[in-house]
Amino acid sequence: MTTSTIPSPKAAGFSFRRAQSRATDTRPLLWPSIFVLLIWMIVPLVLTLYYSLRNYNLVDPTVTGWAGIDNYTYLLTDPSFLTSVMNTVVLVGGVLISTVVFGTLFAVLFDQEFWGQGAARLFVIAPFFVMPTVAALVWKNLLMHPVNGLFAYITSSLGLGVIDWFTTMPLFSVGIIVAWQWVPFATLILLTAMQSLDREQMEAARMDGAKAVARFRHIIVPHLARPITVVVMIETIFLLGIFAEIYVTTSGGPGDASTNLPFLIYKTAILNSDVGGGSAGGIVAVVLANIVAFFLVRTVARNLD
Amino acid sequence: MKTKPRDKALMTLLGWGVAFIVFFPVLWMALASVKTELDAVATPPKILFRPTLENYAEINQRADYLKFFTNSIVESVGATLVCLLLAAPAAYAMAFFPTRKTKDILMWMLSTKMMPAVGVLVPIYILAIQTHLLDTWAGMIIVYTLMNLPIVVWMLYSFFREVPKEILEAARMDGATPRQQLLELLLPLSLPGIMSTALLSIIICWNEAFWSINLTASKAAPLTAFIASFSSPEGLFWAKLSAASLLAIAPILVFGWLTQKQLVRGLTFGAVK
Amino acid sequence: MRFARFCGMTALGLIAGTLAAQAETKLTIATVNNGDMIIMQKLSSAFEKANPDIKLDWVVLEENVLRQRVTTDIATKGGSFDVMTIGAYEAPIWGKQGWLVPLDDFGADYDYADLVPQVKDGLSVGGKMYAAPFYAESSLTFYRKDLFEKAGIKMAEKPTYAQIAEYANKLSDKKDGIYGICLRGKPGWGENMAWLGTAAVAFGGSWFDEQWKPQFTTEPWKETIKWYLDVMKKDGPPGAAANGYNENRALFATGKCGMWIDATVTAGYLYNPKESQVADKVAFAPAPITDANPKASGWFWSWALGVPASSKNAEAAKKFVQWATSKDYVKLVGESEGWIAAPPGTRMSTYSNPEYKKVAPFADFVLNAIETTNPAKPTVKPVPYTGVQFAAIPEFQGIGTTAGQDVAAALAGSSTGDQALAKAQASAERTMKQAGYPK
Repeated sequence: MTTSTIPSPKAAGFSFRRAQSRATDTRPLLWPSIFVLLIWMIVPLVLTLYYSLRNYNLVDPTVTGWAGIDNYTYLLTDPSFLTSVMNTVVLVGGVLISTVVFGTLFAVLFDQEFWGQGAARLFVIAPFFVMPTVAALVWKNLLMHPVNGLFAYITSSLGLGVIDWFTTMPLFSVGIIVAWQWVPFATLILLTAMQSLDREQMEAARMDGAKAVARFRHIIVPHLARPITVVVMIETIFLLGIFAEIYVTTSGGPGDASTNLPFLIYKTAILNSDVGGGSAGGIVAVVLANIVAFFLVRTVARNLD
Repeated sequence: MKTKPRDKALMTLLGWGVAFIVFFPVLWMALASVKTELDAVATPPKILFRPTLENYAEINQRADYLKFFTNSIVESVGATLVCLLLAAPAAYAMAFFPTRKTKDILMWMLSTKMMPAVGVLVPIYILAIQTHLLDTWAGMIIVYTLMNLPIVVWMLYSFFREVPKEILEAARMDGATPRQQLLELLLPLSLPGIMSTALLSIIICWNEAFWSINLTASKAAPLTAFIASFSSPEGLFWAKLSAASLLAIAPILVFGWLTQKQLVRGLTFGAVK
Repeated sequence: MRFARFCGMTALGLIAGTLAAQAETKLTIATVNNGDMIIMQKLSSAFEKANPDIKLDWVVLEENVLRQRVTTDIATKGGSFDVMTIGAYEAPIWGKQGWLVPLDDFGADYDYADLVPQVKDGLSVGGKMYAAPFYAESSLTFYRKDLFEKAGIKMAEKPTYAQIAEYANKLSDKKDGIYGICLRGKPGWGENMAWLGTAAVAFGGSWFDEQWKPQFTTEPWKETIKWYLDVMKKDGPPGAAANGYNENRALFATGKCGMWIDATVTAGYLYNPKESQVADKVAFAPAPITDANPKASGWFWSWALGVPASSKNAEAAKKFVQWATSKDYVKLVGESEGWIAAPPGTRMSTYSNPEYKKVAPFADFVLNAIETTNPAKPTVKPVPYTGVQFAAIPEFQGIGTTAGQDVAAALAGSSTGDQALAKAQASAERTMKQAGYPK
C-alpha cells in the first residue's frame, strides 16, 4: 500500500545507471540479500496494518474482534489530529530552516582561520552526540525553567522579566531544543563541504572587489546547495519522529499546542492502551510522511545529482 | 590566502563566542554534575561552588555502569556489522545492476523509517516474546539493524555510485567474477565511505532511547536505560542526572570527536568530497 | 566471520547462563527510582544473604517509563519481570484480570492485620490482596510558618479552599520571589489531574456518575477549575503549567512557595535539611475541604510490589515481596538508614514505634490523613468506581491525561476553564463510548 504513494525518483531528478546487459546473470546472487531486507521491512508494516484493523486494548482483554476502519475514523475525527499534523509540519519546517541558516553561517565562520579553530569546531559539534532525552531535561530544568533556570535569572537581572518558555511558546521552545541538537549536524556537513570550495575563485572575487555578502551569495551558497539538500533529507527523516523532547518538556501541552503526530500516537497507543488505534496512527503517519517525502524529493532532490 | 591579524583576532573572538554558546548547555550540565542537589537548583545560579564527586559516587553505588556500557557497545557495534553485511550486497546490486523496481525500493525503504516507534510497540513486543528475543543482545541487534538498514543502504548506495564505473569495467574485462568485483575491488575502494556509514550507525544506535528501554529488562539494557533510572520522578535529581548523563554521553562524545572527519563523509551520502 | 564468532559466543553465554540458573533462582525486579525504592535496592543484600539460592537483578526506571514498561510486559505475558512495582491504580485492574499472583498466604508472621486497612483494601479485589504495599500516601497542605507569621495570619486547623485562597494572596511577595501557593500544573493523570481530581471531590464532584457518564461539565468541577485558575494566576509561580510534583518540590524546598498541597510522603524530605532549605520553617495542615464535602480527605496512593502471573519464579518472587513489605524490613530501614527514612503509610506498627515518632513529627498526622481517605466510597454521591484522584478502570489513564492537557491549556491562558472542561468532557465521552461503557 505504501508503494503507491512513493514518488518516482526519476521524475524527481534522479538518474540511475543503466543495467549492464552482461551483468544480468549476477542478479540471482544478489537478490537474496535484498529479499532479506524486504522481509525485515515488511513484517512490522504488515503486523501494524493487521492490528490497525483490530479492536485491541492492551489492558482490557474483553475488547476483541475486527474493527474494520473504526480505528482510522476514530483517529481522523480526533479534534487533535489536524492540530498535531500542523504542529508536525511547523516543527519540522522551522527546525529545518533554522538549522540550515545557522549551519551555513557557522560553517562559513568556522572555515575562517583563527586561533584554536580545531578545538572550537569540536565544541560546536558536541550537541549532536547528546541523547535527546538528556538534552531536553537539561534545557527544561537547568536553563529554561522560569524560576530555577539560568535564562530566567539572566533576563530578570537585566530587568526584562521572566519568559515562561513552555507555557507561552511551547512549540517554539521544543523547536529551540531540537534545533540545538541539529544545528551542529548541519554545521559539520556544510563545514566539510566548504573545504572543497575553490579558494582561487574566492580570492579572485575578492580582488575584483566583490563584497563579503556578494561572495557569500554568489559563490558559497551555490556551492553548498547539494550538501544542504543532504542535510534537509536526513534531518526530515529524524524530525518527523520527534518524541523524546516533547515527552520530557511539555507532554504535548498546554492543550495540544505542542502535540505532534508521534506524540498523539503515543497518547493513543500507550496512555489509552489502544493498540489498534496506535497501529492505525502508525499507518497514517507513514502515509503522511510519504506525502511529505514526495514534495521534498520534488523540490530539493534535483540538487542531489 | 592570508588573513590579516586584526581579522584573525576578530574571527577568533566570534568563533569562540559561537562555540561557547552552542556548547554551553553541555558545559552547564557538566558543572551541575559536580554540584550538590541544592546548589544545582539554586537561584541565583552558583558559578562558584565547592565541587563534589558525591553524585558520581552515588551513581556508582546504585548502578553497574560497566554493564550498561558493555551492552551499549555490543549492541550498537553488533547491529552496525549486521547492517553492513546485509546492506552492502543490496546496495551493490542496486547501484550497479538496477532494474525498473530499484528506485521504488529505495524510496520505500526510506519511508519505512518514518513509522513512529510508539505506534508499533505492542506488535514488536509480542514478536520479541514469541521469538525469545526479549532482553537479549540478539534481539536488540535485530531491532537496531532494522532501524538503521534503510539509512545504511542509502549511504552505501551513494558511495558505490561514486566509484568510477571504468574500474569495474576493466576488472570485468580481466575476467573478475561479480563476487570478486565486490569483495576485492569495490569494498576496498569505498572503505572510507563504509567506515563513515558504520560510525553514523553506531551513534544512532547509541542514542536510541525508545526500543532500548522497552525491549530490555536487565540483561541487555544499554546506557539509555541507565539514564532513565536517574531521571527521577521524586525530589531533586538534576545533579545526579547530569552526572549520569555525562557518563552516558562521554564515550560517544569522545568517539565522535575522534572520528568527525570520517563522519562527515558518511553523513553527506558522499555529496561532500 | 566476525559476526559468526560473535553469535557463537553469545550462544555459549546463553548456555552458561542457563546452567547457572539451575543452581540459583534469578529474580528480575522492576522498580521506580524514588528514594524508598533505592533504599530497598541497597538493603536487598540482606535478603540475598538469607536466601543464598536467590539472586536479585534490578531494573530501575523513572516512573512513567516503568509504568509503560511493566504494562506492556504483563499484558502480553512477556514474563520479563518476577516482581513489579505497581501503584494503587494498576493493582485492582490487573488483579481482576488475573494477571497477578494473589498474595494472601504469607503466614502469621506477616501480620496482615497490621497493614493500614485502606492501603490493603486499595490493593485487593474480592478480598484477595494482589500486591503488597511498600509505602502509602495521602495529600496534605504544607506551609511556611515564618511567612505566615510575617503576614500576620494563622493556618486554620481544617482549612477550606476559600481560606487557602485568602492565605495565598497574603503570602505572595512576587518581588522577593515568594509565590503564595504552588500547585501541580503539568498535564498528566498522575500530575495535575491527581490534584484536581482530589479537589473536585472536596467540591462535591466525581469522575463519573453511576451510569459511567464523565462529570467534567458538572458544577463541582466548574467551581474547582475556577478556584484553581484564579488562585494560580494570582498567586502561583510562573510556568506553573509545566510544574509537576518534582518541580514544585524543588520550588518549595528552595523557599519559593508559601503553601503547597501535595503528597504526605514529601514530609520526610521537606524536614530533611540535606534536601530542603526550609527544613526548620515547614509546617502542615490537612488537605483543604469545602462546605459541599466537609468530610473530604486528601488523595490516596500507594506503591506496592506485585508478582505477575507470567513469572516463572513466582515462589521465590513471593518470598522477596514478603521480605520487602514486612515489619522486619521497616525495622531494618529504621536501623540502618535512620527512622525518618522508614517507608511510611503501610503499617500501624511503624506509627506506634516511638523511635519513628521521635524523628517524624508528622507521623500521626500522616497516618490520620491516610486513614480518613475512603477509596472505596470516595465521593459525596455514589459512584461505580474506586479511587479518589483516579478511577480504577483501564480507560482512566487516557481520559485523565487528555483532560490534564486541556486544563493546562487553561492555566497557560490559551482557553478558559469552562472551555477546557467542555473539551475534556467531549474527549472523555468519546473514549468511554469507544470502550463500550456502560458495561
